[in-house]
Amino acid sequence: MTTMTVQGSRRRKQGAFRRGVRRNLTAYGFLCGALICFAFFSWYPMVREILLSFQQTNFVDPPTWVGLENFRTVTEDSAFADAWINTAVFTGLALVFGYAVPFVAAIVLNELRHAKAYLRFVVYLPVMLPPAVGVLLFKWFYDPGPGLFNQILDLVHLPALSWLDSADTALISLVIVSTWMNLGTGTLIYLAALQSIPGELYEAAELDGAGLFKRVWHVTIPQTKLILLVMLLLQIVATMQVFIEPYLLTGGGPENATLTVAYLMYQYAFNFGDFGAGGALGLMLMLVLMVFSAFYLRISRDNQS
Amino acid sequence: MSNLTVQPSRPAPAARPGSAPARTGRSARRRRGKEPAPQFRGVVSPHTLKSPRGRVIYWIVLVAVVVGFTVAFVFPLYWMVTGALRSPEDLAQMPPSFFPESLDFEVYAEAWDQLNLGRFLGNTLLYAGGALLFTLAIDVTAAYALSKLRPVLGNLVLGLMLATLMIPPMVILLPAYLTVKDLPIFGWDLLNTPWAIWLPAAANGFYIFLLKRFFDSIPRELLEAAQIDGASATRILWSIVLPVSRPIIGVVSILSVVTVWKDFVWPLLVLPDSENMSISVGIASLSAQMPQNVLIAALVIASLPAIIVFFVFQRSIMAGLTAGSLKG
Repeated sequence: MTTMTVQGSRRRKQGAFRRGVRRNLTAYGFLCGALICFAFFSWYPMVREILLSFQQTNFVDPPTWVGLENFRTVTEDSAFADAWINTAVFTGLALVFGYAVPFVAAIVLNELRHAKAYLRFVVYLPVMLPPAVGVLLFKWFYDPGPGLFNQILDLVHLPALSWLDSADTALISLVIVSTWMNLGTGTLIYLAALQSIPGELYEAAELDGAGLFKRVWHVTIPQTKLILLVMLLLQIVATMQVFIEPYLLTGGGPENATLTVAYLMYQYAFNFGDFGAGGALGLMLMLVLMVFSAFYLRISRDNQS
Repeated sequence: MSNLTVQPSRPAPAARPGSAPARTGRSARRRRGKEPAPQFRGVVSPHTLKSPRGRVIYWIVLVAVVVGFTVAFVFPLYWMVTGALRSPEDLAQMPPSFFPESLDFEVYAEAWDQLNLGRFLGNTLLYAGGALLFTLAIDVTAAYALSKLRPVLGNLVLGLMLATLMIPPMVILLPAYLTVKDLPIFGWDLLNTPWAIWLPAAANGFYIFLLKRFFDSIPRELLEAAQIDGASATRILWSIVLPVSRPIIGVVSILSVVTVWKDFVWPLLVLPDSENMSISVGIASLSAQMPQNVLIAALVIASLPAIIVFFVFQRSIMAGLTAGSLKG
């Protein structure tokens, strides 16, 4: 009797074990495509980014370790400070426009009862354009002679600007393009968040005698606080990587006025052939952006659990 | 990583406009058609809106917003489409005419021929289509395995995949380029081949996250019943999971096509040969040598596919936009 049950349970256990092995094999069979793609194109490059920044390589001989040499090359370059300052200013300006404007737009759109579908469509239209098209379109608008923007300035009797050609206005010109292309994303995300605010809160605030702006300040903003914070971090991470605008519009000039960190990294690698120095710069950018990413991760985790 | 297995919140029967996820489908749209929804209330109270003064202010704001948005977002596109049709003298004239003086569509044909746009568009279609197939094949199976088969170390794998979302693409640009140029172990040079676009596109943690979250919400009983009937894991994926997951697969498909179509930096690096360029890179690289109106015509042609896709798949695109974000 006893021996039989022991055997039986052992057989059952073996069966369960075998089923478990088979289930795991099937699962990893399904996963292998993803594992290969991630390994080659995400995980390995992440590790290699760190190696790259401490190595000197010419792609013929095996790479040599150079310690902090690449970091010295990069930081001693006079363009280094320019690139970081420009990137910070770009990110700051892009935040002022790209963060506040969509929020206000979303609040106004949320109150409107007509033309909603049209407005939502129109605000997202530039986001759908390939960025290269948007940037080249604005390059044409910025044309210092008969460009659209100077023609408009002329219509209202303002002096023409040299837009991309002057060190004073070049960076802000890039911010304008970037904001125009990306405004729709923020607006629609805020709009979705605003629509989940219960109307009773506004009613209660109104009964307490809160005016329009007080209602926005005490109801709308606290209710969307989380999404505002998340968008702030995502925007910082996104705009600090700015590359395509300086690449296509100004080439970093005039006088390094639009040189950004990502663009300088590209220059080191593909114009000067120094992948080590480019990697060092990329690693610095990564460390800065990881701080914001970590905040983002923490917020989203705290709020989902 | 337990927070990542959260069930997607189901929309309440009377979903507020815009907040419904993609899968509520057409019926929600019909319901939504009759705005204003009676239960909706924003910052402004319905009472204020009904007062004569409120009504006047409302219409002024509405007109201002409609005009403002049109000028800001549609006018540049109008200027682009008609700008190609203008003669250089018309373009230089101060102040500019609002309508082009002559309508000569010749310039579009010229742009098509001179810039080799057919070739670039075909390339881009090939990259986007292939990326879509690889993304679906690889990410759907991976999400299914992680959600329903739950292998040993599954959570670790998922965590590592999601961790890649924390690394901005720009900062691993150089090592990713070097990897594609000389693939480790195999030693293949993928530069100037579509593989350089297709395979990295499939390694997307966000799509796997979206798919897994959706698969998690499929009731267990449904799959267990099929399992008792003797269906294999592949069969369950094909006959049960895929049919009910059509909305999320639609969202992921559109996101992946649009992402590849819009991408600039990556194809710029990995497809340097002018025969293999995508449309964005092709136009940008030839932009300096072209007369202005030919270039503008090329920009119009390059933006048409994106705008058509947006017209057709608006709902899925906007659902994809809010799919990953948190509730406010």
